[in-house]
Amino acid sequence: MKSRIKHLMCALGLLVLLLCAVQPAFAKSDDPVLLELQTLLVSSNNQDRTKAIELLTQSQHELAFDIYGLLLEGKFFFNRTDNQLYLVDRAEAGQSALHFLDERDVTIERPRDFRRVALNNAQRTQIRRVMAQTGLTADSNKIRMKAVRQMMGDPDPEALSLIRAAYTSETNGKVRELMAVAIAIDTVTQTDEAAQRDAIDTLSTSLEPRARNALNQFVSQTDNASLKELAEKGLIGIEQKIKFYKGLETVYFGLSLGSVLVLAAIGLAITFGVMGVINMAHGELIMIGAYTTFVIQQLMPNHIGLSVLVAIPAAFVVSGLVGIAIERGVIRFLYGRPLETLLATFGISLVLQQAVRTIFSPLNKTVETPSWMSGMLEFNPVFAITLNRLYIIIFCLLVFFALLMILKRTALGLQVRAVSQNRAMARAMGVRSERVDMMTFGLGSGVAGIAGVALSQITNVGPNLGQAYIIDSFMVVVFGGVGNIWGTLVAGMTLGVANKIMEPWAGAVLAKILVLVFIILFIQKKPRGLFPQRGRAAEG
Amino acid sequence: MKQMNKKLATATCALALSIAAITAQASDTIKVGVLHSLSGTMAISETTLKDTMLMLIEEQNKQGGVLGKQLEAVVVDPASDWPLFAERARELLERDKVAAIFGAWTSVSRKSVLPVVEELNGLLFYPVQYEGEESSKNVFYTGAAPNQQAIPAVDYLMNELGIERWVLAGTDYVYPRTTNRILEAYLKSKGVAEADIMINYTPFGHSDWQTIVSDVRRFGGEGKKTAVVSTINGDANVPFYRELGAQGVSAEDIPVIAFSVGEEELSGIDTAPLVGHLAAWNYFMSIDTEANDEFIDTWHAFTGDTNRVTNDPMEAHYIGFNMWVEAVTKAGTTDPSAVQEAIIGVTVPNLTGGYAAMMPNHHITKPVFIGEIQSDGQFEVVWQTPSTVVGDAWSDFLEGSKDIISDWRKPLSCGNYNVVTKTCSGQNFE
Repeated sequence: MKSRIKHLMCALGLLVLLLCAVQPAFAKSDDPVLLELQTLLVSSNNQDRTKAIELLTQSQHELAFDIYGLLLEGKFFFNRTDNQLYLVDRAEAGQSALHFLDERDVTIERPRDFRRVALNNAQRTQIRRVMAQTGLTADSNKIRMKAVRQMMGDPDPEALSLIRAAYTSETNGKVRELMAVAIAIDTVTQTDEAAQRDAIDTLSTSLEPRARNALNQFVSQTDNASLKELAEKGLIGIEQKIKFYKGLETVYFGLSLGSVLVLAAIGLAITFGVMGVINMAHGELIMIGAYTTFVIQQLMPNHIGLSVLVAIPAAFVVSGLVGIAIERGVIRFLYGRPLETLLATFGISLVLQQAVRTIFSPLNKTVETPSWMSGMLEFNPVFAITLNRLYIIIFCLLVFFALLMILKRTALGLQVRAVSQNRAMARAMGVRSERVDMMTFGLGSGVAGIAGVALSQITNVGPNLGQAYIIDSFMVVVFGGVGNIWGTLVAGMTLGVANKIMEPWAGAVLAKILVLVFIILFIQKKPRGLFPQRGRAAEG
Repeated sequence: MKQMNKKLATATCALALSIAAITAQASDTIKVGVLHSLSGTMAISETTLKDTMLMLIEEQNKQGGVLGKQLEAVVVDPASDWPLFAERARELLERDKVAAIFGAWTSVSRKSVLPVVEELNGLLFYPVQYEGEESSKNVFYTGAAPNQQAIPAVDYLMNELGIERWVLAGTDYVYPRTTNRILEAYLKSKGVAEADIMINYTPFGHSDWQTIVSDVRRFGGEGKKTAVVSTINGDANVPFYRELGAQGVSAEDIPVIAFSVGEEELSGIDTAPLVGHLAAWNYFMSIDTEANDEFIDTWHAFTGDTNRVTNDPMEAHYIGFNMWVEAVTKAGTTDPSAVQEAIIGVTVPNLTGGYAAMMPNHHITKPVFIGEIQSDGQFEVVWQTPSTVVGDAWSDFLEGSKDIISDWRKPLSCGNYNVVTKTCSGQNFE
């Protein structure tokens, strides 16, 4: 109950904020432009909405940009019973709606009465173009870059003259370069040969797709042989650079796929690798971690960014406890009987899946990506790194080294290694092997839960999540060498990169098969994997 | 001892009574089979359809059932296991003696049920869009054939958005492969060059889309307006759309039109980065008609959850069920052969404000809508066909199938009739 009230308060707070932002602006209910706008926007005809945007652009209304923003965010609703325009934050029963013109607050009773003023792609492009022109004078370099890029494709000659005007006063080097390219795209189609030559030079240094297209077009149309040669040379240079960056991109994609594989497999590297338990429910422990993230986000809906961080320890604890329960309840009776362990844990995996279906429904759940994780790190127009993947690579390495430290530097790690190497001797030395088994399995399961938090950011959170990763996880652990977590890291990254290198020419389906065939052949040759354990422990 | 005897007598009596009650009930109800996976990978989509069927049956019973009898749903769980579909269908027809089966989702599950319903002369109502190239005497296809979804969608992109380059991306199984074959032939017939079509297949549940999205971005950056036609199935969609969002591919640059993504699939995605991407269906929850409002209200009341969405296959079941009820009433019996004859030509209202008619090829007429994804996970209709489109069992754009027609009326009674050689061939004839 308490959380519900909190939820409501937060929602109201947001709405008040929204209203405050727009309230002083919309104080004129007899403004003819706004009245006309209302009739156009509540119409169910798509063309009327296009007209509404044109009307706003032409009228140069002082509120035009606020209205554009609200339209893009989808905050405008109309009530089909009275055909009036409202501003609504959330169209749910009990929420309030603000009348667009006379600013009265209305409580929503039937959410279906309120229809969103929906835009289509053409209308969104229309608005973005208009907004881009003001973006040219924005303070932020990023916004100015975006504006120039948006206007590059604009056939409107006014856009070009705006860029020319802005070019002279631009101080930031990168933005200036981009503007030069935009101008060159136009210049190259003119007739002044010296200017054309300069323009081709400018375009040849740019990796913008539009610059390349302009050059391509120029080559196919021009009659001037020397200019044509120059442009062709420029194109070859661009192609080479693109090839280089494409290679770089493939490696990055490979590392990122690899880090996902390592995260999924690293828990298994402990339970299967160190303890020798074939745990088919490993995937479901990952799934439980992902669902924990979902639940945490539900509990703190206004702190999405923080929720992911909170989910990491929470998922570790939840999955760890489930793992301990599995170990205490089932696996400890089956040590030394791998076939029965395999069947029993497979059964557990089905039970866990169906349990999740019953509790959360079989539908996928939405886990939101926090704003600090979305977006790209753009180096140039052909090479950009997606932030969510970058964080996952870093996260994977952190988890890996933390685990390495636990195994190498803590008392628990020492005991785990002792038990796995020689159980009888360890017991003789006073190690409580049963307790160590329990803790090790809990640790492996908890790490699987942490992997679930990361996976919730890139894939489905649904009952089948675990199944998708169980085979890959075993593959990585076996390939890397059972009992060696360094092997898991190297194997995961190798498989990731190999997969990504093969994918462009073999296709995703064949690439997967080829990797599998490769592993089978490799295991024939080296049955103990990349990094086999040596010494007496390996024989026992 | 006497007391004991008395007790025994009462017990026997009660037992006899209850058996009588069961048999009486059995003869008083008409059984309807619901064959949807409630566990396994397909449970995500099919559980909703099971609930839809239960709701439709409950509503029909409130109105007095059919032929004066109450309907009784027999729900079985084929567990996303294709051979199990055939087994469960056999159980429904032989053991439970159901009058009709509503069910199946994937094409392979339908193909698995097909020989069973043909052997035992049952009725199967199949509610999902599919690849066509099939027409069985015992199956009624209430979902879209390719010409009721894929072809109009491509027309929209070509004519309204001026698309010149095409990426056909799909999951590697029969529906995307056939649909893409049809689309490729169609695009080439419209003068699109081989170099402007990129075809890509991925395994089921593919989760790493980095390379493909980056390829699409490059393919689309070469100057011609590009669109992606996606037949990507089920769970693979979420990571695909997430990657699109992460790599900054917006709908204004490269729109993606999907044939397998509806309201239900979107309810599991953060839709903010997807705004403006498209889907082609014969029904959208956002379509504003009285029938649709009523259906949504009933659905919310039935599930007790006002956040539940409705989608296209649900409407297909709504239409299919109403057609069956109409046909049974018309025939005056639930006998499959009589219903097969009576149902052709039956017309029932659909939820989007028109009528659906059962055609002689066992496909129905449908309007086609193109919708753009909105930030609340609903679709805004941006285009629709001027009138309803008749489902075409055999595509006109594929070599080998363009000469084939299907007509289950007498005297032809053939699902696979070649108009050139004038022969009826294949499994689909009487």
